[in-house]
Amino acid sequence: MAEILVLAEHVDDDVKKVTLELITLARRFGEPSVVWTGPGAEQAQARCAEYGAAKVYVAADAAFDDYVVAPAAELLAQLVREKSPALVLLAGTAQGKEVAGRLAVKIDSGVLTDAVDLQPGDDGPVAEQSAFGGATIVHSRVRRGTPIVAMRPNAVAPEPSPGAAELSQVSLASEATGARVTNRVVADRGERPDLTEASIVVSGGRGTGGAEGFQIIETLADSLNAAVGASRAVTDAGWYPHQFQVGQTGKTVSPQLYMAIGISGAIQHRAGMQTSKTIIAVNKDPEAPIFELADFGVVGDLFKVVPQLLEEIEKRK
Amino acid sequence: MNIVVLVKQVPDTWAERKLTADGTLDRASVDGLINELDEYAIEEGLQIAEAQRAAGGEAEVTIVTMGPEKAAESIRKALSMGADKAVHLLDDGLAGSDALSTSYALAQVLGQTGFDLVICGSESTDARMGVMAAMLAERLGVPQVSLANKVEIDGSAIRIRRVSEDGYFEVESTLPAVVSVVEKINEPRYPSFKGIMAAKKKPVQTMSLADAGIDPALVGLGGAATEVVDHTQRPPREAGTIVKDEGDGGVKVAGFLAARKFI
Repeated sequence: MAEILVLAEHVDDDVKKVTLELITLARRFGEPSVVWTGPGAEQAQARCAEYGAAKVYVAADAAFDDYVVAPAAELLAQLVREKSPALVLLAGTAQGKEVAGRLAVKIDSGVLTDAVDLQPGDDGPVAEQSAFGGATIVHSRVRRGTPIVAMRPNAVAPEPSPGAAELSQVSLASEATGARVTNRVVADRGERPDLTEASIVVSGGRGTGGAEGFQIIETLADSLNAAVGASRAVTDAGWYPHQFQVGQTGKTVSPQLYMAIGISGAIQHRAGMQTSKTIIAVNKDPEAPIFELADFGVVGDLFKVVPQLLEEIEKRK
Repeated sequence: MNIVVLVKQVPDTWAERKLTADGTLDRASVDGLINELDEYAIEEGLQIAEAQRAAGGEAEVTIVTMGPEKAAESIRKALSMGADKAVHLLDDGLAGSDALSTSYALAQVLGQTGFDLVICGSESTDARMGVMAAMLAERLGVPQVSLANKVEIDGSAIRIRRVSEDGYFEVESTLPAVVSVVEKINEPRYPSFKGIMAAKKKPVQTMSLADAGIDPALVGLGGAATEVVDHTQRPPREAGTIVKDEGDGGVKVAGFLAARKFI
């Protein structure tokens, strides 16, 4: 059976959900082999096995934490040469896409990013991508080398299926070089899930009126165990940090549920959330373009609708 | 210091963008403009050059663009913002290049211009792949200092803040290097009237594939390592239920969430 390489994204021994999605997806094409860089593999082995990983290649070298992107690409290139996999899967995060790009150059292979689905085809895997802010659906394939595909988080649902997840130690053949990480600063987002990975995202827009008004978005997000997002109007005005911007020049999200609160839904914003499975909008302007996308919408004042919604959620808990 | 800023002309986000029969972007029928994130790259390049000159050093900012004739509009804008000169890689043989072949073509041009610092936007608003800085660093064999929201140059050292999913990394390397910048790293300047007039006299070198030493077999639709199988317009989403808040809007949203098993 063909071997499929999956580059794991993890925080220490905590495997990110997107990696479980990739292992699940890899089973469509062959036997998943997880590629684990840095510490934590032993503790994460059971989790990888639960989702069907046949192998886990472990490279515990400190270089993976100390240098940006390049060592991970080098390790993958080495494994592609040794194992001749049928496909390499990565998370379509900013960093995952950069690793994919470098790998493509190293092994002279085609790379596809931001895939929302991947299906077997007569000439290899066919990726579905959503172009131009979601207005166009594109199917594409790699026609040279080993296909490298970076999948958008939430593209597939992780499904358990037992695997051996046999650990196998590997190491970089050459010394890591390039840009060195000297410090890491992680913003505390408490118990909130990661914006790009979250199943539910609650986003606020200009309608929240300011940093104080925006707090209601955080409250609603927490009541649904959701991530918080913001429109560009909000981050430009400094009401909420820039890293939470959803849109063409910010993050692209594809959750099960996206709630747009006080967001008009300009193309700039829609480009970042159009592939969400279910969309709810609350806006006082009945003409707001966000209602064209909404599965359910309320035309009204968010400061009346949201507090009532919060009460209802509490009642139903 | 030889600073090269990579600029891509993209279709206006507000225009209707579509693919042609061969699966390539229809660049002819829509208005083009500088990729928004590249404006931050130009501004960063200009600020670094100004700081170098203020410290008594020499610095020059060169714009490099690959694209059809129309892309000259974006070169003009970059020059009127204050860049010193430009190279336009212009050849029909480039049409349909994918990311991998584009990185090859640009690396060939950069081999000709030379560089201490290559700066680009972290992604383009049309393809949105976000791979070019990584690919170029790999091809050129220089450090990748990408996704920067802050850049500091100190002699031959470069330090940046690299944005991450939930914070940032401090990253350092030596020059030469490839930098990509994210939104809001700076406030791109508007071209002044003087700048617009001066831009008309600034040198723009047009390069063909042969001029840049690019193998025609490795670029264009034929040289691309990926291909579009098919493309369709997304059908409009099924019209949802839109209600007016009659004092029960929150209850109704909760009802919808419960029906879909979100609560």
